[in-house]
Amino acid sequence: MTTSPEVAGDRPVFYQIEEGTVHAGGTLLGFWIYLMSDALLFASMFATFGVLSSSFAGGPTPRELFDLGLVAVNTAILLVSALTCGLAMISLQSGRLAATRWWLVATALLGAAFVGVELREFGELIAEGATPQRSGYLSAFFTLVGTHGLHVTFGVLWIGVMLVQLGQRGLHPDNRRRLLCLSMFWHFLDVIWIGVFTFVYLLGVL
Amino acid sequence: MGANPQAAHDQAHDSGETGHFTLRTYLAGFAAAAALTVVPFWIVMTGAITNTAVASAVLVALAIAQILVHTAAFLHVNARVQGGWTLIAYVFTVVLLLITISGSVWIMYHLNTNMMPGMMGDPMSQAP
Repeated sequence: MTTSPEVAGDRPVFYQIEEGTVHAGGTLLGFWIYLMSDALLFASMFATFGVLSSSFAGGPTPRELFDLGLVAVNTAILLVSALTCGLAMISLQSGRLAATRWWLVATALLGAAFVGVELREFGELIAEGATPQRSGYLSAFFTLVGTHGLHVTFGVLWIGVMLVQLGQRGLHPDNRRRLLCLSMFWHFLDVIWIGVFTFVYLLGVL
Repeated sequence: MGANPQAAHDQAHDSGETGHFTLRTYLAGFAAAAALTVVPFWIVMTGAITNTAVASAVLVALAIAQILVHTAAFLHVNARVQGGWTLIAYVFTVVLLLITISGSVWIMYHLNTNMMPGMMGDPMSQAP
Protein backbone atom coordinates (compact mmCIF):
# COMPACT_ATOMS: atom_id res chain seq x y z
CA MET A 1 0.00 0.00 0.00
CA THR A 2 1.40 3.40 -1.03
CA THR A 3 1.52 6.21 1.52
CA SER A 4 0.05 8.77 -0.87
CA PRO A 5 -2.68 7.79 -3.35
CA GLU A 6 -2.00 10.99 -5.35
CA VAL A 7 1.31 9.56 -6.53
CA ALA A 8 0.85 7.68 -9.78
CA GLY A 9 4.13 6.01 -10.73
CA ASP A 10 6.86 8.42 -9.60
CA ARG A 11 5.03 11.49 -10.83
CA PRO A 12 2.77 13.37 -8.37
CA VAL A 13 -0.63 14.27 -9.75
CA PHE A 14 -2.19 17.62 -8.91
CA TYR A 15 -5.87 18.28 -8.95
CA GLN A 16 -7.01 21.78 -9.79
CA ILE A 17 -10.23 22.04 -7.87
CA GLU A 18 -11.20 25.65 -8.76
CA GLU A 19 -10.85 25.09 -12.55
CA GLY A 20 -9.56 28.64 -12.88
CA THR A 21 -13.07 30.09 -12.83
CA VAL A 22 -13.68 33.11 -10.68
CA HIS A 23 -16.46 32.59 -8.18
CA ALA A 24 -19.41 34.20 -9.98
CA GLY A 25 -21.26 35.38 -6.88
CA GLY A 26 -18.34 37.52 -5.68
CA THR A 27 -17.95 39.11 -9.09
CA LEU A 28 -21.65 39.91 -9.34
CA LEU A 29 -21.72 41.51 -5.90
CA GLY A 30 -18.53 43.44 -6.70
CA PHE A 31 -20.00 44.64 -9.98
CA TRP A 32 -23.13 45.71 -8.11
CA ILE A 33 -20.97 47.78 -5.73
CA TYR A 34 -19.37 49.39 -8.80
CA LEU A 35 -22.82 50.23 -10.17
CA MET A 36 -23.77 51.80 -6.84
CA SER A 37 -20.63 53.97 -6.93
CA ASP A 38 -21.54 54.90 -10.50
CA ALA A 39 -24.97 55.90 -9.16
CA LEU A 40 -23.18 58.27 -6.77
CA LEU A 41 -21.29 59.77 -9.73
CA PHE A 42 -24.65 60.43 -11.38
CA ALA A 43 -26.02 61.72 -8.06
CA SER A 44 -23.35 64.45 -7.99
CA MET A 45 -24.21 65.36 -11.59
CA PHE A 46 -27.93 65.46 -10.82
CA ALA A 47 -27.13 67.66 -7.80
CA THR A 48 -25.07 70.01 -10.02
CA PHE A 49 -27.86 70.08 -12.56
CA GLY A 50 -30.41 70.80 -9.83
CA VAL A 51 -28.35 73.69 -8.50
CA LEU A 52 -27.83 75.16 -11.98
CA SER A 53 -31.33 74.34 -13.27
CA SER A 54 -32.27 78.01 -13.60
CA SER A 55 -28.82 79.50 -14.31
CA PHE A 56 -29.62 80.39 -17.92
CA ALA A 57 -27.35 83.47 -18.06
CA GLY A 58 -29.87 85.05 -20.44
CA GLY A 59 -29.54 82.03 -22.73
CA PRO A 60 -32.20 79.57 -23.92
CA THR A 61 -34.49 77.84 -21.42
CA PRO A 62 -35.50 74.14 -21.57
CA ARG A 63 -38.92 75.06 -22.95
CA GLU A 64 -37.25 76.65 -25.99
CA LEU A 65 -34.59 73.95 -26.34
CA PHE A 66 -36.16 70.53 -26.07
CA ASP A 67 -38.25 68.56 -28.51
CA LEU A 68 -40.17 66.21 -26.20
CA GLY A 69 -41.26 64.03 -29.13
CA LEU A 70 -37.62 63.13 -29.77
CA VAL A 71 -37.05 62.45 -26.05
CA ALA A 72 -40.15 60.21 -25.97
CA VAL A 73 -38.82 58.22 -28.94
CA ASN A 74 -35.43 57.83 -27.24
CA THR A 75 -37.07 56.78 -23.96
CA ALA A 76 -39.10 54.15 -25.81
CA ILE A 77 -35.96 52.86 -27.57
CA LEU A 78 -34.11 52.44 -24.26
CA LEU A 79 -37.11 50.82 -22.55
CA VAL A 80 -37.53 48.26 -25.36
CA SER A 81 -33.78 47.57 -25.19
CA ALA A 82 -34.23 46.73 -21.49
CA LEU A 83 -36.79 44.12 -22.52
CA THR A 84 -34.56 42.63 -25.26
CA CYS A 85 -31.67 42.52 -22.76
CA GLY A 86 -33.95 40.66 -20.33
CA LEU A 87 -34.97 38.23 -23.09
CA ALA A 88 -31.26 37.62 -23.79
CA MET A 89 -30.80 36.74 -20.10
CA ILE A 90 -33.78 34.35 -20.20
CA SER A 91 -32.31 32.67 -23.29
CA LEU A 92 -28.95 32.48 -21.50
CA GLN A 93 -30.62 30.91 -18.48
CA SER A 94 -32.22 28.18 -20.58
CA GLY A 95 -28.95 27.61 -22.46
CA ARG A 96 -30.09 28.77 -25.92
CA LEU A 97 -26.98 30.28 -27.51
CA ALA A 98 -28.48 31.46 -30.82
CA ALA A 99 -31.41 33.21 -29.10
CA THR A 100 -29.03 34.85 -26.60
CA ARG A 101 -26.93 36.22 -29.43
CA TRP A 102 -29.88 37.55 -31.43
CA TRP A 103 -31.44 39.31 -28.43
CA LEU A 104 -28.03 40.83 -27.66
CA VAL A 105 -27.75 42.03 -31.27
CA ALA A 106 -31.21 43.63 -30.93
CA THR A 107 -30.14 45.28 -27.65
CA ALA A 108 -26.96 46.64 -29.23
CA LEU A 109 -28.86 48.03 -32.23
CA LEU A 110 -31.39 49.76 -29.96
CA GLY A 111 -28.53 51.13 -27.83
CA ALA A 112 -26.80 52.45 -30.96
CA ALA A 113 -30.08 54.03 -32.12
CA PHE A 114 -30.44 55.70 -28.71
CA VAL A 115 -26.93 57.18 -28.93
CA GLY A 116 -27.60 58.23 -32.54
CA VAL A 117 -30.78 60.13 -31.65
CA GLU A 118 -29.03 61.74 -28.67
CA LEU A 119 -26.09 62.86 -30.81
CA ARG A 120 -28.54 64.32 -33.33
CA GLU A 121 -30.25 66.24 -30.52
CA PHE A 122 -26.88 67.51 -29.27
CA GLY A 123 -25.95 68.50 -32.82
CA GLU A 124 -29.16 70.51 -33.24
CA LEU A 125 -28.67 72.24 -29.88
CA ILE A 126 -25.10 73.20 -30.74
CA ALA A 127 -26.17 74.39 -34.20
CA GLU A 128 -28.69 76.69 -32.48
CA GLY A 129 -25.88 78.13 -30.36
CA ALA A 130 -26.95 76.25 -27.21
CA THR A 131 -23.43 74.96 -26.52
CA PRO A 132 -22.08 73.86 -23.12
CA GLN A 133 -20.30 77.24 -22.90
CA ARG A 134 -23.53 79.21 -23.26
CA SER A 135 -24.76 78.95 -19.64
CA GLY A 136 -24.29 77.06 -16.39
CA TYR A 137 -27.53 75.28 -17.14
CA LEU A 138 -26.29 74.02 -20.50
CA SER A 139 -22.91 72.97 -19.03
CA ALA A 140 -24.72 70.85 -16.43
CA PHE A 141 -27.14 69.51 -19.07
CA PHE A 142 -24.42 68.35 -21.45
CA THR A 143 -22.33 66.87 -18.62
CA LEU A 144 -25.22 64.85 -17.16
CA VAL A 145 -26.88 63.66 -20.38
CA GLY A 146 -23.52 63.24 -22.16
CA THR A 147 -22.14 61.05 -19.36
CA HIS A 148 -25.22 58.84 -19.58
CA GLY A 149 -24.83 58.64 -23.38
CA LEU A 150 -21.17 57.71 -22.94
CA HIS A 151 -22.18 54.89 -20.60
CA VAL A 152 -24.64 53.59 -23.20
CA THR A 153 -21.92 53.80 -25.87
CA PHE A 154 -19.60 51.66 -23.75
CA GLY A 155 -22.49 49.27 -23.08
CA VAL A 156 -22.89 48.81 -26.85
CA LEU A 157 -19.12 48.17 -27.18
CA TRP A 158 -19.35 45.65 -24.34
CA ILE A 159 -22.21 43.83 -26.13
CA GLY A 160 -20.01 43.69 -29.24
CA VAL A 161 -17.17 42.13 -27.22
CA MET A 162 -19.57 39.62 -25.67
CA LEU A 163 -20.90 38.62 -29.11
CA VAL A 164 -17.32 37.81 -30.15
CA GLN A 165 -16.74 35.87 -26.91
CA LEU A 166 -20.00 33.93 -27.36
CA GLY A 167 -18.95 33.12 -30.93
CA GLN A 168 -15.62 31.76 -29.71
CA ARG A 169 -16.55 29.95 -26.51
CA GLY A 170 -20.35 29.66 -26.39
CA LEU A 171 -22.21 29.67 -23.07
CA HIS A 172 -19.09 29.08 -20.98
CA PRO A 173 -19.50 29.83 -17.22
CA ASP A 174 -17.15 32.80 -17.63
CA ASN A 175 -19.34 34.18 -20.40
CA ARG A 176 -22.47 33.65 -18.30
CA ARG A 177 -20.92 35.69 -15.49
CA ARG A 178 -19.91 38.47 -17.89
CA LEU A 179 -23.38 38.55 -19.45
CA LEU A 180 -25.02 38.81 -16.03
CA CYS A 181 -22.79 41.82 -15.28
CA LEU A 182 -23.60 43.30 -18.70
CA SER A 183 -27.32 42.91 -18.06
CA MET A 184 -27.03 44.65 -14.68
CA PHE A 185 -25.08 47.51 -16.34
CA TRP A 186 -27.71 47.90 -19.07
CA HIS A 187 -30.69 47.91 -16.69
CA PHE A 188 -28.83 50.33 -14.41
CA LEU A 189 -28.45 52.78 -17.32
CA ASP A 190 -32.19 52.56 -17.93
CA VAL A 191 -32.81 53.48 -14.28
CA ILE A 192 -30.54 56.53 -14.64
CA TRP A 193 -32.46 57.51 -17.78
CA ILE A 194 -35.71 57.61 -15.75
CA GLY A 195 -34.08 60.33 -13.65
CA VAL A 196 -32.85 62.14 -16.76
CA PHE A 197 -36.13 62.23 -18.67
CA THR A 198 -38.11 63.17 -15.57
CA PHE A 199 -35.86 65.79 -13.99
CA VAL A 200 -34.10 67.23 -17.03
CA TYR A 201 -36.67 67.06 -19.81
CA LEU A 202 -40.19 66.77 -18.36
CA LEU A 203 -39.76 68.98 -15.28
CA GLY A 204 -37.67 71.39 -17.38
CA VAL A 205 -40.37 71.83 -19.99
CA LEU A 206 -43.28 71.80 -17.51
CA MET B 1 -34.13 10.66 -3.83
CA GLY B 2 -34.03 10.33 -7.60
CA ALA B 3 -33.43 14.07 -8.14
CA ASN B 4 -30.00 15.07 -9.37
CA PRO B 5 -28.43 16.71 -6.33
CA GLN B 6 -25.92 18.64 -8.45
CA ALA B 7 -28.70 20.23 -10.55
CA ALA B 8 -30.67 21.06 -7.43
CA HIS B 9 -27.58 22.63 -5.92
CA ASP B 10 -26.93 24.69 -9.08
CA GLN B 11 -30.50 25.87 -9.06
CA ALA B 12 -30.29 26.99 -5.44
CA HIS B 13 -26.90 28.54 -6.11
CA ASP B 14 -28.30 30.49 -9.07
CA SER B 15 -31.24 31.97 -7.25
CA GLY B 16 -29.03 32.83 -4.31
CA GLU B 17 -26.70 34.94 -6.42
CA THR B 18 -28.70 36.49 -9.22
CA GLY B 19 -32.30 35.53 -8.69
CA HIS B 20 -34.20 33.38 -11.16
CA PHE B 21 -35.29 35.27 -14.27
CA THR B 22 -38.71 34.47 -15.62
CA LEU B 23 -40.36 35.78 -18.76
CA ARG B 24 -43.41 36.73 -16.72
CA THR B 25 -41.39 38.99 -14.39
CA TYR B 26 -39.81 40.75 -17.36
CA LEU B 27 -43.05 41.21 -19.28
CA ALA B 28 -44.94 42.42 -16.20
CA GLY B 29 -42.05 44.78 -15.38
CA PHE B 30 -41.97 46.04 -18.97
CA ALA B 31 -45.74 46.67 -19.04
CA ALA B 32 -45.60 48.58 -15.74
CA ALA B 33 -42.51 50.56 -16.82
CA ALA B 34 -44.12 51.44 -20.18
CA ALA B 35 -47.25 52.73 -18.43
CA LEU B 36 -45.16 54.71 -15.95
CA THR B 37 -43.27 56.26 -18.90
CA VAL B 38 -46.26 57.06 -21.10
CA VAL B 39 -48.27 58.79 -18.35
CA PRO B 40 -45.67 61.47 -17.42
CA PHE B 41 -44.96 62.27 -21.10
CA TRP B 42 -48.71 62.50 -21.68
CA ILE B 43 -49.12 64.84 -18.68
CA VAL B 44 -46.43 67.23 -19.94
CA MET B 45 -47.10 67.05 -23.68
CA THR B 46 -50.86 67.58 -23.40
CA GLY B 47 -50.76 69.88 -20.37
CA ALA B 48 -53.29 67.61 -18.67
CA ILE B 49 -52.46 69.00 -15.20
CA THR B 50 -52.49 72.80 -15.25
CA ASN B 51 -51.22 73.30 -11.70
CA THR B 52 -47.41 73.15 -12.06
CA ALA B 53 -46.76 72.16 -8.43
CA VAL B 54 -49.22 69.26 -8.61
CA ALA B 55 -47.86 68.17 -12.00
CA SER B 56 -44.25 68.22 -10.64
CA ALA B 57 -45.23 66.12 -7.63
CA VAL B 58 -47.03 63.61 -9.86
CA LEU B 59 -44.01 63.38 -12.21
CA VAL B 60 -41.58 62.78 -9.32
CA ALA B 61 -43.89 60.16 -7.79
CA LEU B 62 -44.19 58.34 -11.15
CA ALA B 63 -40.39 58.43 -11.59
CA ILE B 64 -39.84 56.92 -8.13
CA ALA B 65 -42.44 54.23 -8.88
CA GLN B 66 -40.75 53.40 -12.19
CA ILE B 67 -37.30 53.22 -10.58
CA LEU B 68 -38.70 50.75 -8.03
CA VAL B 69 -40.30 48.68 -10.82
CA HIS B 70 -37.00 48.53 -12.74
CA THR B 71 -35.07 47.66 -9.58
CA ALA B 72 -37.37 44.77 -8.70
CA ALA B 73 -38.22 43.39 -12.15
CA PHE B 74 -35.03 44.01 -14.16
CA LEU B 75 -32.21 44.36 -11.61
CA HIS B 76 -33.70 41.59 -9.41
CA VAL B 77 -32.87 43.34 -6.16
CA ASN B 78 -34.53 41.65 -3.22
CA ALA B 79 -33.69 40.53 0.30
CA ARG B 80 -32.66 36.99 -0.81
CA VAL B 81 -30.14 37.69 -3.60
CA GLN B 82 -26.54 37.57 -2.28
CA GLY B 83 -27.89 37.12 1.24
CA GLY B 84 -29.39 40.63 1.12
CA TRP B 85 -26.11 42.45 0.41
CA THR B 86 -27.25 43.93 -2.91
CA LEU B 87 -30.33 45.31 -1.16
CA ILE B 88 -28.24 46.81 1.66
CA ALA B 89 -25.85 48.43 -0.85
CA TYR B 90 -28.85 49.73 -2.81
CA VAL B 91 -30.55 51.27 0.22
CA PHE B 92 -27.26 52.83 1.35
CA THR B 93 -26.76 54.33 -2.12
CA VAL B 94 -30.30 55.73 -2.18
CA VAL B 95 -29.68 57.41 1.21
CA LEU B 96 -26.40 58.96 -0.01
CA LEU B 97 -28.08 60.01 -3.26
CA LEU B 98 -30.93 61.77 -1.46
CA ILE B 99 -28.54 63.55 0.93
CA THR B 100 -26.27 64.65 -1.95
CA ILE B 101 -29.01 65.94 -4.23
CA SER B 102 -31.45 67.47 -1.72
CA GLY B 103 -28.61 68.89 0.41
CA SER B 104 -26.89 70.54 -2.58
CA VAL B 105 -30.08 72.02 -3.98
CA TRP B 106 -31.24 73.23 -0.55
CA ILE B 107 -27.96 74.87 0.47
CA MET B 108 -27.29 76.45 -2.92
CA TYR B 109 -30.85 77.78 -3.13
CA HIS B 110 -30.44 79.55 0.22
CA LEU B 111 -27.01 80.86 -0.73
CA ASN B 112 -28.48 82.21 -3.96
CA THR B 113 -31.43 83.93 -2.32
CA ASN B 114 -29.77 85.16 0.89
CA MET B 115 -26.35 86.18 -0.34
CA MET B 116 -27.08 88.14 -3.47
CA PRO B 117 -24.60 90.92 -4.21
CA GLY B 118 -25.60 94.05 -2.27
CA MET B 119 -26.98 92.16 0.73
CA MET B 120 -23.58 91.52 2.27
CA GLY B 121 -22.88 95.00 3.63
CA ASP B 122 -20.52 95.27 0.71
CA PRO B 123 -18.72 98.66 1.11
CA MET B 124 -18.72 99.18 -2.65
CA SER B 125 -22.52 99.00 -2.90
CA GLN B 126 -22.91 101.45 0.01
CA ALA B 127 -20.43 103.94 -1.37
CA PRO B 128 -22.01 107.28 -2.13
